[in-house]
Parts: sequence; C-alpha cells; structure tokens
Amino acid sequence: MRDFPEHPDWLWSSPQPKRSYDVVIVGGGGHGLATAYYLAKNHGITDVAVLERGWLAGGNMARNTTIIRSNYLWDESAGIYEHALKLWEGLEEDLGYPILFSRRGVLNLAHSLQDVRESVRRVHANRLNGIDAEWLGPEEVKEVCPIVNVSPGVRYPVLGATYQPRAGIAKHDYVAWGYARAAAAMGVHLVENCEVTGIEVTGGRVRAVETAQGRIAAGTVALCAAGHSSVVGAMAGVKLPLQSHPLQALVSELLEPVHPTVVMSNAVHVYVSQAHKGELVMGAGIDAYNSYRQRGAFHIIERQMSAALELFPIFARAHVLRTWGGVVDVSPDASPIVGPTPVENLYVNCGWGTGGFKATPGVGWCYAHTIAHGEPHPLNAPFSLERFTTGALVDEHGAAAVAH
Amino acid sequence: MLLIPCPWCGPRDEAEFRYGGQAHVAYPEDPAALSDEEWARYLFFRDNPKGRFAERWNHTAGCRRWFNVVRDTATNEWVSA
Ligand SMILES: Cc1cc2nc3c(=O)[nH]c(=O)nc-3n(C[C@H](O)[C@H](O)[C@H](O)COP(=O)(O)OP(=O)(O)OC[C@H]3O[C@@H](n4cnc5c(N)ncnc54)[C@H](O)[C@@H]3O)c2cc1C
Ligand SMILES: [Zn+2]
Repeated sequence: MRDFPEHPDWLWSSPQPKRSYDVVIVGGGGHGLATAYYLAKNHGITDVAVLERGWLAGGNMARNTTIIRSNYLWDESAGIYEHALKLWEGLEEDLGYPILFSRRGVLNLAHSLQDVRESVRRVHANRLNGIDAEWLGPEEVKEVCPIVNVSPGVRYPVLGATYQPRAGIAKHDYVAWGYARAAAAMGVHLVENCEVTGIEVTGGRVRAVETAQGRIAAGTVALCAAGHSSVVGAMAGVKLPLQSHPLQALVSELLEPVHPTVVMSNAVHVYVSQAHKGELVMGAGIDAYNSYRQRGAFHIIERQMSAALELFPIFARAHVLRTWGGVVDVSPDASPIVGPTPVENLYVNCGWGTGGFKATPGVGWCYAHTIAHGEPHPLNAPFSLERFTTGALVDEHGAAAVAH
Repeated sequence: MLLIPCPWCGPRDEAEFRYGGQAHVAYPEDPAALSDEEWARYLFFRDNPKGRFAERWNHTAGCRRWFNVVRDTATNEWVSA
C-alpha cells in the first residue's frame, strides 16, 4: 500500500461569481467538476462556473464506495464505462495529482444456476466489446480472493464469478480535488455555498439561473445534481423519470490487508473491498422508499452484514466504525440520462443512481462534448431522455442492481 | 428505521412493509388511445418531490393491506395517515 500525500492546502480559488457565464454547471460533485475540466481542456471553453449548494464534492462523490469497473452487459454501457476506465488508467498523469487508482480486479459472484448463466453471458458480451472478463470457478475465485468462503455447505454457495482484472478502486476525494484544481487552473470558477433556486426559461430557451448569490445569466446550463436532479429539473419544467433513494455504506476499523480485490454479490446483496488505509468498505442496495434524507435504516446494514459474514467468515470480529448514506437518482432501466432536454441549451446528466463514480471521467468527457457541440457524443447518444418514449431502454438491472 | 402508521394495525416497524411508490397513479382509461409520449409518462415518470409525497405501502408482514400516506421526503416525517 502507498503512502498518502500531505493533506492539501486550498487547491482552487473561490471567486465571487460573475453575473454571466457561457456555461453554468449545477452541482459540484465529481461529474460537475469533470465536465468543467473537459470543457476547458478538450474544447477550450473556460467561461464556466460550477455552482455548488454546499461544499465541493460533499454529495455522493464523498459518500461512494469507489468501485470502478466496466463489465456491464450491453454495448451502450460497455462503451461509456470502458471509455471511463481507459481515462482512469491515465488520470493521475493527466491531472498531475494522485488519485490512488488501484487496479485490483472485481469478482461478481454467482450463487445460482441462473446467476451462472447470466454471468457467463456477460463475460462473452464483455469480450466482444474488448473488455477484459473471465469466468472463474469456485477454486479460482479462492485463488484471487483467499478469504471468500467457497464451501458448498452455505445457504448461497459460490458457484463461480466473473472477474475483471482491470477494475479497482480510487480515492474519491482526491479525484474531486484533482479535477477541481485542474479546472480552476484553466479559469473555471468553482462557487460553493451557491444553491440554484430557479432556472429562467423564456421562449423555450434557458437564460439564467437564480442562486443563493443572485441571478447568473448563462448561455448554457448543464445539470449535474445527482440525487437532486428531479428538483432542479422541475425548476425548468423538465420532468425526469427518476426516483431519489437513500443508499448506505459502512466501514470497519482499520485492519491489516486481508482483502486483495473487490467482491460483489447481487444475490446475497453485499459488496466489499478494503480501502488503502485498511478499512473494509461495504455496501448493499438502496433503501426502498423515496427520500432526500442522507440516511437510511439500520436493518439494511444488519442484512448486509449477515450477507458479508456468510461470504467472509473472517470478518466476524471486525467492528463497524461508521455508517452513512447518500441520495441516489434511480432511473427505470438502471442506466443514466445524459443529453439535451426539451429546453434549448439546457442539458441533463443524471440517473447514475448507485453506480456513477466509476463513470466520472467518461461522463465528464462525453457531457462536455455534448455541451460544446450542442449534440451528444456517440458514447452518450444512447442515454437520451427520449429513450423512455421510443422504448430503446438500456436495461442494466442485471449488471447494476446491487452493484456499484 | 421508519415507524410506519398502518391505518389498521397502528405504527409498526418499516421491516414489516413493502413500498409501493407514488399513490393515485391510475391505469389509463383507454391505453390504446395514448401517444407514445403519454404512455411513457404513465409507465416511467413518477413524481419525485423533495417535500410532501403521497405514497403507498403494503403491510406485508401484518394485515397485508395496501394504504396511502403522505410523508415529507426531506424529513421523513408523516404529514397525514
Ligand atoms: C453509499 C454510496 C455508495 C456508492 N458506491 C459507488 C461505487 O462503489 N461505484 C460507483 O461507480 N458509484 C457509486 N455510487 C454512486 C456515485 O456516488 C454517484 O453516481 C455519483 O457520485 C454521482 O455524480 P456526482 O459525483 O456528480 O454526484 P454528487 O457528488 O452527489 O454531486 C451532485 C452535487 O449537486 C449539488 N446540488 C444539488 N442540488 C443543487 C442545487 N440546487 N444547486 C447547486 N448544487 C446542487 C449537491 O450538493 C452535490 O454536491 C455510490 C453512491 C452512494 C451514495
Ligand atoms: Zn397493518
């Protein structure tokens, strides 16, 4: 494991917002910051403000469990997640900032015959898309991750797993800081404590945003509000097919390195990795009801712990140190929505639900392209808002359900 | 954990319930007459307010009945049962 860099001083300036910008990005999470960075870097658009209600990356960006992978089923998803993964591989160099991307692989476990069939199918689909994917039997699973219980006697035995060696984890706050620093250096304004409270639309076209710091005119407004996307969309009269749910996670106290990879199980509903510092990081599915409270119920944690213990008996004496929750924007097909809206010059990026951290560089790249060119990048074109009308859904429930 | 006010059994733990999402979503009277746009609205678009939300719950491990309540999604407080 690597040493950590010193805790940084301020990495970006906090300017007073101007009265007008070419592009206003609503939401200073990972996606908003990455979008600002690629607008400046790839398209030379630097008259950009990122408006954040709270502090930068204080939303889901600081709350996720940092799993990065691209082994989704459909071509459309493979395209954008694999683009992101390739960017992750060079991101530290690109940003000139450590992000501690640790390529340690991900195992997606199969516990039933149906799981096995779906998993093998996904491995083949991944390979056709040039994504590294293998099917492993129980003994091979044990070789990759010796602490997984593969004995046949448990309630949900491990019948095998898909394995993506290039998957991994990164340090989410460093990713945000890296993007923020690099974007600010190119002239982007990062404005904290600046909640957007209204969106001004006249003649079918977006003109400005109302904020806690006054009215700010905008040529283009790009939403990146994750769990609050429905709320900001409604400000412009744009209804989105999203439901906001609490999603929880937890960490144990610091432990010796015991867990070399990332293990996910949809069937028993848990996923586990071990962070750089040594905490076990675990999560599961969303809390069932709609809510904007960043907390969930303890029975969800209890269930994920019992699932974790069945898979990893060695964790029996580990203590939970901290649990928390974020608010995630869940779409009907478990795929994101990235592109234009019925309002001219208003773009939306949302619906990443439980799994948008891994996409951060990829979506930033494609969303910036969409904003700069006024039309989607080929990789986000399938993720249009219209797909819910045309029926061209990208159903990733299988690859995304519990998975992050 | 939410303490959910079942109108028949009184307040019970959330673990006894199944969530049913937005209340009062009626099946279209004449589905075949809907445009694709209208059908999409019915199928995929639900309200998602930060604030008062009329929603359905089923008391699956109790009386097994459906009921509607209004909850504030910003605070999780019950507004009316
Ligand atoms: C517990 C948990 C675990 C997760 N695990 C994973 C994982 O392992 N892998 C993975 O790929 N993904 C994971 N995710 C999902 C991932 O975190 C999100 O999909 C992703 O972070 C969303 O993009 P973002 O970073 O821009 O969101 P956020 O960081 O939430 O950014 C949105 C920002 O918009 C701001 N905002 C909202 N409304 C307004 C307004 N009116 N005005 C101004 N600003 C506003 C918010 O304050 C927030 O900072 C997880 C999420 C959670 C909660
Ligand atoms: Zn009841």
